[in-house]
Amino acid sequence: MSSDLFPDTGGPKAENDSRRSFMKQAGGLLGFALAPPLAGQPDSLMANSPVLEVVTKMTLRINGQPRTVQAEPRVTLLDALRERLDLTGTKKGCDHGQCGACTVFIDGQRVNSCLTLAVMVQDKEITTIEGLAKGDTLHPMQEAFLKHDGFQCGYCTPGQIMSGVACVKEGHAKTDSQCRKWMSGNLCRCGAYANILAAVREVADKA
Amino acid sequence: MNDFSYAQATTAKDAVNFLTEKPQSAYIAGGTTLLDMMKANLTEPPRLVDITRLPFTGIEQTKDGLRIGAMERMNAVGEHPLVKELFPAVSESLLLAASPQLRNMASIGGNILQRTRCGYFRDAAFPCNKRVPGSGCPALTGDNHNLAILGVSESCIANAYPGDLSVALAAFDAVLTLENTKGKQRQVLVTNFYLLPGNTPQKETVLEPGELIVAVTIPMAAHAKRSTYLKVRERASYAYALASAAVGLDVQSGTIRAAHVALGGRNTLALARSGKSADRCPGYRSYIPGSGRGSSARG
Repeated sequence: MSSDLFPDTGGPKAENDSRRSFMKQAGGLLGFALAPPLAGQPDSLMANSPVLEVVTKMTLRINGQPRTVQAEPRVTLLDALRERLDLTGTKKGCDHGQCGACTVFIDGQRVNSCLTLAVMVQDKEITTIEGLAKGDTLHPMQEAFLKHDGFQCGYCTPGQIMSGVACVKEGHAKTDSQCRKWMSGNLCRCGAYANILAAVREVADKA
Repeated sequence: MNDFSYAQATTAKDAVNFLTEKPQSAYIAGGTTLLDMMKANLTEPPRLVDITRLPFTGIEQTKDGLRIGAMERMNAVGEHPLVKELFPAVSESLLLAASPQLRNMASIGGNILQRTRCGYFRDAAFPCNKRVPGSGCPALTGDNHNLAILGVSESCIANAYPGDLSVALAAFDAVLTLENTKGKQRQVLVTNFYLLPGNTPQKETVLEPGELIVAVTIPMAAHAKRSTYLKVRERASYAYALASAAVGLDVQSGTIRAAHVALGGRNTLALARSGKSADRCPGYRSYIPGSGRGSSARG
């Protein structure tokens, strides 16, 4: 459909290509075009110095797999996951540690990946939302969110599910009140809290 | 966020060397305040020195009290059985703060150095005497309903320490172990650690440039064991304190022998002490924030 607000620019039609894959392709092309020349250079310049400058090769252990990224020290774990490793399940909400959409596990502990530097967690075990399911078998928390309709727009959902899994494992979902407090680092602007609570509490009761 | 170089230290000596060879560098532990501020262009250190591998860890009983390493994380300390048993108010102050995710990241040393919640400090578009000395203080006539009432000055009304832990530590005479750039250690009472803003609100603590917080030691006491932390805030969880109190009572045979009180939220956390209620309660001791006298009186 063409209009003043949404002119037909000849982009991919919805029926041919999903919005998501279009965004990924476009983002990738743009990223390639804007990439600084340095990004292609070897990282051995600083290999013998304990001080890392500019772009460095980092190895991150994500969902049990070693993954390599070339990134500056200022790249957050969130940006490394989303922009370099195509693991876009982890969401960027506020990017300031307030909303919890970026929640991942580091050595089994839930943290905000937006306030974590990738360079600082190279020897840690990182788990993202993509690492919860076993093949086609969803994690019980994912099943519970589906059953209880624990989302509307879905943007906060990966963070909510990661936090929910941690909350149960920590033993902090034994009562509604306790669960609410220990899930308070994950905001949901749609207001699906009642259903999120029901999902997390159900998994806790079964655990 | 500005570009910066990164160095990982495994000893305090390395950390100091990495820091001092590049002026304006900063230590990073949990990073929850520092990276937040760097993303807002409030501070632009050219180098970050990672101190998370320093051996400033462990929670152990010593002859001076319970010693908590500065690199321990808030959740781990708040949930530690010894902290819960011996210092309930300390445990509560930690677990009522921030969010579970942030508490898994933030270190004890970092929490003690948490920066103010003042919105003008945290927005580079505004002048701020704490951030840019001499530039002015819009909070004086602006939105200041969440800022300090006690211990303020003409140049700053920020609650310099907006957190909870140090309030509980102040009530129990906790001592910080600091290590300077020459490797020399010193002990400072938490109540002497924070400074009143006066004309130099940029100077918030007695910490010297490059000096590290190694540990905090809390003396064992009957009042500390029977204590609680009360936090009043704008929502039930995950918010700064509007006002808070750490209270510990030493009760023997139904009589209160000593009461220790520290207040937080509405003050600059330069805590002073007074013993005004000594007549009624011989052991009464309170930390009235903001008088700045630093006097001590135990009734």
